[in-house]
Amino acid sequence: MRYSLFSLLRQTLSQHRGWAPAWRDAVPKPAYDVIIVGGGGHGLATAYYLAKVHGIRNVAVLEKRYIGSGNAGRNTTIIRSNYLLPGNNPFYEWSMRLWEGLEQDLNYNTMVSQRGVLNLYHSVAQRDAYARRGNAMLMHGVDAELLDTEGVRKMLPFLDFENARFPVLGGLLQRRGGTARHDAVVWGYARAASDLGVDIVQNCEVTGFIREGERIVGVETSRGPIRAARTGLAVAGNTSRVASMAGLRLPIESHVLQAFVSEAIKPFIDCVVTLGAGHFYLSQSDKGGLVFGGDIDGYNSYAQRGNLPTVEHVCESGMALIPALGRVRMLRSWGGIMDMSMDGSPIIDRTPIEGLYLNAGWCYGGFKATPASGWCFAHLLATEQAYPVARAYRLDRFASGHLIDENGRGAQPNLH
Amino acid sequence: MRIPCPFCGERDVNEFAYLGAADTERPDPNARDAAVRFYEAVYLRDNPAGPHNELWYHSYGCRSWLRITRDTLTHEILRVQIGDAH
Repeated sequence: MRYSLFSLLRQTLSQHRGWAPAWRDAVPKPAYDVIIVGGGGHGLATAYYLAKVHGIRNVAVLEKRYIGSGNAGRNTTIIRSNYLLPGNNPFYEWSMRLWEGLEQDLNYNTMVSQRGVLNLYHSVAQRDAYARRGNAMLMHGVDAELLDTEGVRKMLPFLDFENARFPVLGGLLQRRGGTARHDAVVWGYARAASDLGVDIVQNCEVTGFIREGERIVGVETSRGPIRAARTGLAVAGNTSRVASMAGLRLPIESHVLQAFVSEAIKPFIDCVVTLGAGHFYLSQSDKGGLVFGGDIDGYNSYAQRGNLPTVEHVCESGMALIPALGRVRMLRSWGGIMDMSMDGSPIIDRTPIEGLYLNAGWCYGGFKATPASGWCFAHLLATEQAYPVARAYRLDRFASGHLIDENGRGAQPNLH
Repeated sequence: MRIPCPFCGERDVNEFAYLGAADTERPDPNARDAAVRFYEAVYLRDNPAGPHNELWYHSYGCRSWLRITRDTLTHEILRVQIGDAH
């Protein structure tokens, strides 16, 4: 069923009794052309673009719980493409362009809202660094504006501009950045992929790989063996665990990142704002809750929950930037498990094992990458070739020294 | 999360800095395959879900390096040794 004003009116007349489920909850077949492990945004987007762009429709997405139950449901929904390095910038800009046409493409309201992403700077040196990043963005065809204090004050008059330690001197603004509805992204891709014939198999945990000689020809799952010529992993957070079943050791550590939402308040902030002096980012959801987060806790974890020092640190950062937050009650906090790669950038590549392909290492930037990650991983699975904008995301870059270290912090995952 | 420091007693995790996996030895730079072994030591990690040996530094306490076994699924501290104990 195609969603439209007409279908809505027709369902209204029949008291909304005729809506069909948005996608098929499939029973796994014994074999497919391609298996995608992981039913998050990246896995579902990969399956969708495999079917739509490459015509490969005999595809299964295997999800151990229900789709969107991992990091796709645990992020802060920010989309942007304000990157500095040539390995990153074209990829994230491609993702932004896909976001801009996503709702028409999927026929699903993913609530893409280009409300602007504003990174604040607090020193002259930081202004110069942001100007450099803004120039790099402009040279890649990405929009960027450098604001001074007055420019920021017009947008967000309630910031603590005269903070003694970290005064707000201005910001780097990407107006095309913003937010999207995370659950709708998962459901939209699932519905569109399912319509093209992709099997979405839930409650199906991969427990091992089927080998023929050196080659991987499928997976063992909690719902029986499933064979496929090509198997792609899109299980960020758990990549090391799944890859270890194939004997791979990866340049990844799993860390917990916490996020927070306040009680719903009246419209307060109409963009995404980030503190440049620490790590704090804030936006307001359409329900009115302030959605915010900060740094990862900083130690290896698969627990999907963090500790209180990080909660305190994030809230302190928020209070330093926006004193009015002190009147708002925090409603919920949660944790997601991040694939922290050794240079802070992702991996979309073949593996040394024939038949096994990798989409991993998204650190805490995976949500904004969802469309381009799916697009590029589908291209790799279909053609064996890297899509041009993802060419730098090689697995062997750590051995060859071609790192993409956006922050220049070295092989210390808890600092990226 | 609290870490029982052998010198200071049980202290809040906020007092500690985390380095990462404790099982990576610095390879011999004169070895014939030194480049490969340095790559493995610097970049590759087991990253287990379960007990994990790791190095913590009690920076706001006794400034000792600690070798800690911690369950990454529950954050439970299973064992604490002083850093140079093998």
